[in-house]
Amino acid sequence: MASQLHSASVAQQEKVQSLFADDSFHGLRVAITGGTSGLGLALVREFLARGARVAFVARGRQRVGQVARQSDRAHGIIGDISVKDEMYPIALQIAGELGGVDVLVNNASDLGPTPLALLADTQCEDLERALATNLLGPFRLTKALLGALAASAREGRGGVVLNISSDAAVNPYARWGAYGASKAALHHMTRIWEKELENEGVRFLSLDPGDMDTPMHALAVPDSDPATLKSPNLAARELITAIGAVLHRQSEDGAE
Amino acid sequence: MIPASEAIQRPPDARLMIVDATGCISDQPRSTFVAFLRPGDLVVANDAAAIPASLSGVHLPTGRIIEVRLAGRHSVAPNDVHEFCAIVFGAGDFRTRTEDRAAPPHLSPGDQLLLGPLKANVNRLLGHPRLVSLCFQDPPDGVWAGIAHHGRPIQYSHVQAPLAMWDVWTPIAGPPVAFEPPSAGFALDWHALAEMRAKGVDFVTITHAAGISSTGDPELDVRLPFDEPYRIPRAAALAIRKAKARGGRIVAIGTTVVRALEHAARAGQVRAGEDIATQRIGADSQLRLVDAILSGTHEPGTSHYELLRAFLDDNELTRVTAELNARGYRTHEFGDSVLIVRRPRTLPGIRTSRYYLRA
Repeated sequence: MASQLHSASVAQQEKVQSLFADDSFHGLRVAITGGTSGLGLALVREFLARGARVAFVARGRQRVGQVARQSDRAHGIIGDISVKDEMYPIALQIAGELGGVDVLVNNASDLGPTPLALLADTQCEDLERALATNLLGPFRLTKALLGALAASAREGRGGVVLNISSDAAVNPYARWGAYGASKAALHHMTRIWEKELENEGVRFLSLDPGDMDTPMHALAVPDSDPATLKSPNLAARELITAIGAVLHRQSEDGAE
Repeated sequence: MIPASEAIQRPPDARLMIVDATGCISDQPRSTFVAFLRPGDLVVANDAAAIPASLSGVHLPTGRIIEVRLAGRHSVAPNDVHEFCAIVFGAGDFRTRTEDRAAPPHLSPGDQLLLGPLKANVNRLLGHPRLVSLCFQDPPDGVWAGIAHHGRPIQYSHVQAPLAMWDVWTPIAGPPVAFEPPSAGFALDWHALAEMRAKGVDFVTITHAAGISSTGDPELDVRLPFDEPYRIPRAAALAIRKAKARGGRIVAIGTTVVRALEHAARAGQVRAGEDIATQRIGADSQLRLVDAILSGTHEPGTSHYELLRAFLDDNELTRVTAELNARGYRTHEFGDSVLIVRRPRTLPGIRTSRYYLRA
């Protein structure tokens, strides 16, 4: 099961949130893929607002420049995480500009064919692209940054990877085949990472932010009523609360 | 020795020659090196990732093609990427032996260099026609992007296929501050780290901006290694003190770890933080901290070989080199390895590890 954020009690969430109010992430080094729209952009802004240094990756030069200009703690990186040859240039810039990595959020996603299609009508190339973006990209980037993340864990600073999941990773929704299958694989891979790297102190989360009012959702479900959808800002705050709880435990473990 | 000509970090047949504290030589598959370690030992590796430090471009005053190899920097701070020390070659690439490379055009302070998307100025010459201090004109994020997209890993002619960045990042690579990979770390993988933990062997990393290993110019090569900035995390300094206190051995993965740790411990106890290693380690050096080294195999005359002289006396090192040759060991960064335990010195007045019991 993809962990549902709303399963934690509100009281619990508020307690953790109060530990990480405002400047609580001062100096934290955060990398986010897909950082110029939707949930990724909301995560970039929220982490910046709480004092973190953020390196974010996206494909569009202009949008990357616009978002990077919002803070001198924001580092914009132009790149496509679905392309193998771009991975090390991306990882080099992330680790170089931040001097290390405490938190990695694999957020960039590909919906598969749009409009959404039955699997039987899905082109192989659309599935390949979804797998490249939603599974191989996060795998490659995590692997390239794992040394930095493990060093962060040893220093008691962090070492958290959040992979953005979806209820489509566990429920077989018709017409969500490419997306759902790739997200299911990512979710399972996250659990294996978590198991294998527990002793190195690097923690892996797979969280479903819920249905949000984002450009991607509009592409998938064009006739949905935005009023029924969660705002990406709220989802970002919830995810950051979950990351904050893990960081808090890590800093306690590191201080022993 | 035979040069290892393929860019494979952990070939299944990689070998390890172990020289123990009594001088006894044995060899085993390198993948089993954890068997050498004892509970309580501490393994220290260099987690620096190698930047693609070879930048091709043009010397604008003459219009001539050059290759710039970044080779040194002032600190490991992420935004300190304005000024570098660099070696400049004329036209050509790694396929030509560095010894045979064309000289660069005459370089003068103020000369502009166009290196792909990056613009740089020659700041000054550093006592040699091909060694310069250069300054990039872009802001730090622009320098990182330029190096990431235009730079190639520094490469030597014994490996024929062009290196990719994944060939030169060790599995534990973190901050990209090195100019060549700390290649002793190629021996490590995550399975080995798990084996260490299971055995009660501790593992930490330091970050040391390893410089270049060879310039092809004898006058410059004798100046190697250049000054190298390093950072020792608090957790690593603490782990070192604890290991010494419990009588564990400090096992350095590579020469750069020895250089950083011995520099940080020059006043006694190892100190956490950033500094610049300026010392040379050789036959006359008294190692205060490191008990054993896992290293590539090195030819006499190189600075890496010089460093090994601090672990073994010259007769023994000569014997080891002869054995490496006789047993067909491969050399250079993708080659086989040696694990050398430092011989206890019997000279009077040497500080012993008892000092660390006070930590």
